[in-house]
Amino acid sequence: MTTTVPRPPGKVSFRARLLRLAETVTTPLLPEDYLDLVAPLRAGAALRGRIVAVRPETRDAATVVIQPGRGWRGHVPGQYVRLGVDVDGVRQWRAYSVTSVPGSRDGRLAITVKAIPDGKVSNHLVRRTRPGTIVQLDQAQGDFVLPESAPERVLLLTAGSGITPVMAMLRAGLHTRADVVLVHSAPTPDDVIFGAELRALAERGALRLVERHTDTDGLLGVHELDDLVPDHVERETWACGPVGMLDAVEGYWTSRGVAERLHTERFRPTVISPGEGGTVTFTGSGTTVEADGATPILDAGENAGVLMPSGCRMGICFGCVLPLRQGAVRDLRNGDLTTAVPGDGVLIQTCVSAAAGTCDIEL
Amino acid sequence: MTVIQKKAVNPIAHLSAEDIEIIGKELDAIRDRVIADRGERDARYIRKVIKTHRTLELSSRAVLLFSFFPPAWIVGTAGLAVAKILDNMEIGHNVLHGQWNWMRDPKIHSTTWDWDHVSPPDQWQHSHNQLHHRYTNVIGKDNDLGYGIMRVDEDQPWHPVHLGQPLWNLINACFFQYGIAAYDLELGHNLREGRHKAPEFRARARAVGRKIRRQVLKDYIVHPLLSGPSFLSTLAATFTANLIRNVWSHSVIMCGHFPNGVETFEKTSIEGETRGEWYLRQMLGSANISGSKLMHIMTGNLSFQIEHHLFPDLPSNRYQEIAPQVRALFDRYGLKYTTGPLPKQVASAWWKVIRLSLPNRRRDRRQPVAPALVSSGAA
Repeated sequence: MTTTVPRPPGKVSFRARLLRLAETVTTPLLPEDYLDLVAPLRAGAALRGRIVAVRPETRDAATVVIQPGRGWRGHVPGQYVRLGVDVDGVRQWRAYSVTSVPGSRDGRLAITVKAIPDGKVSNHLVRRTRPGTIVQLDQAQGDFVLPESAPERVLLLTAGSGITPVMAMLRAGLHTRADVVLVHSAPTPDDVIFGAELRALAERGALRLVERHTDTDGLLGVHELDDLVPDHVERETWACGPVGMLDAVEGYWTSRGVAERLHTERFRPTVISPGEGGTVTFTGSGTTVEADGATPILDAGENAGVLMPSGCRMGICFGCVLPLRQGAVRDLRNGDLTTAVPGDGVLIQTCVSAAAGTCDIEL
Repeated sequence: MTVIQKKAVNPIAHLSAEDIEIIGKELDAIRDRVIADRGERDARYIRKVIKTHRTLELSSRAVLLFSFFPPAWIVGTAGLAVAKILDNMEIGHNVLHGQWNWMRDPKIHSTTWDWDHVSPPDQWQHSHNQLHHRYTNVIGKDNDLGYGIMRVDEDQPWHPVHLGQPLWNLINACFFQYGIAAYDLELGHNLREGRHKAPEFRARARAVGRKIRRQVLKDYIVHPLLSGPSFLSTLAATFTANLIRNVWSHSVIMCGHFPNGVETFEKTSIEGETRGEWYLRQMLGSANISGSKLMHIMTGNLSFQIEHHLFPDLPSNRYQEIAPQVRALFDRYGLKYTTGPLPKQVASAWWKVIRLSLPNRRRDRRQPVAPALVSSGAA
């Protein structure tokens, strides 16, 4: 809401002058605060999107079609988008692969979400979201993409919702430019997201599809690839799936000396397992302290000589609030856990929050 | 129990230390229940209030473009006054308290919010959230007791300057936002101490200056200019809207801690204060206003001052809902839940300002007693 953003020196454009004039009319609000009421998706607005459809894919996955705001710059197949969704009134940010093809005529994008057990956001998106809902967006990002000129032979190695970034590549016509083998794991045939579409592609010979149904056949061992796809080390490989699978694949490719041909996608590089206390890093100053589970981060920081903002020290004034970049903290008043993954920047009250794992605090 | 009463009737004489801690636990439980249930309904509420405010502000300003036409002047001025009150009370005060930070919406957050007021949010947050809410009604610590310019408790020493306090209070009511800005800046204190040249003070004073400039430019130059031939009548309209907002918020805020029945506390009484005792001080140091739902919204739910002081960071729409539970707790422990309709509470607060402009009468003078919960009760 504030207008205290420093302006770069130099020539001020007509547009900027006009905006400044408009701000004198609307202060302390900004013109955008009023425009957002009527046109949240307009050009120049913070990037948002309107959900236009939610289509079930399997019993626990759905495709969410989003009309992005005018500021959307598009995506490259394989990239993901960060989505800010209000669940129970609380804004939660998550990253989901874009499963639609770039440059569709209506300008819409689609993500495909698999509801994971206890997944706050994924369950909300799959089961409760209604068309019309406004969500916050970030520009597409990620380097899990194809090079300019597609390699001749490609192996796609996926499991569960790991099919989603790969699906965007296939829909963009990867199979027309390369010899593609897709090895995909899912518990049952019905759990294969985009199962019908993939099987249709395989049937008309566009790609070779190897489905692994883990409920009946067990998890795919990485060594089984020797038989399933004998030339796999020669293929440029894109792998996306659970952490365990990716670790195994990376180890295997490295041991074969072909790690440079492997591209992987991990949505959650750091697994947050909350405990009691942890290492707290203040990212701005680079100060690191070991804090136990009973010491407020405010005290821990001050004891380490960090200039911490503070106030009442009893959790009522919010004078000590700082962004938790990643990690987990516990509210000392009620034991509630707050976790953040990179990019979240959840604001926490440092005077009543103790470390519950490794934490990065922005200060 | 470390707090003793000076007053003839000690309102907490019947409570044991254990009782006080149980009261604290019960209040913690009320708070936990709200937090567990806080969610989409609350988020919808604040967004609706914000949307209402913005729509009302914009449409009132649009109507005022034709303010030379008397009905437009009346409608526009009334609408703008209500918009400004909503901005300051139900939205600004409560957002700046951090009541909506749990939504994690950076646009509705105590660290990013700005309000239609001349006091910069961070300065107000310091004097209000960090000092007033922490040291509520502790004489010598909580400057909200008379804002440093008035005597509102028998135990504050009398000085001839207090003779003029009914007049100061009236002037303060009319220009309340400037009074608050000066108060947040600790202007008087800093001038007296000769600290007005300190870089820290000057930086804060500059921030207030910037805020005043922006507010004045908008209300008294830009909008009147936009009205063209209605320049003067729009100027008068925004002045009137600001006046209404100032007098209204001043009245509501006077009702929070000045009316009869509200207790004050000695500095030494909060040494080693427990959570339960802190709660008890909030319970006895605040007063509510009874009235309609609309009145509650227009006061920013500060009509539930007791609930607000117990739980300053709970969403304001919840105070009304927990009030019956809080009141039942007062009843169960034989404590006085001070409340009354707005006119009565305003009159009570004003009467105190007038009465205490004179020195205490002989029978008010009390024997000094060690660390005490002291009363501001009737003369």
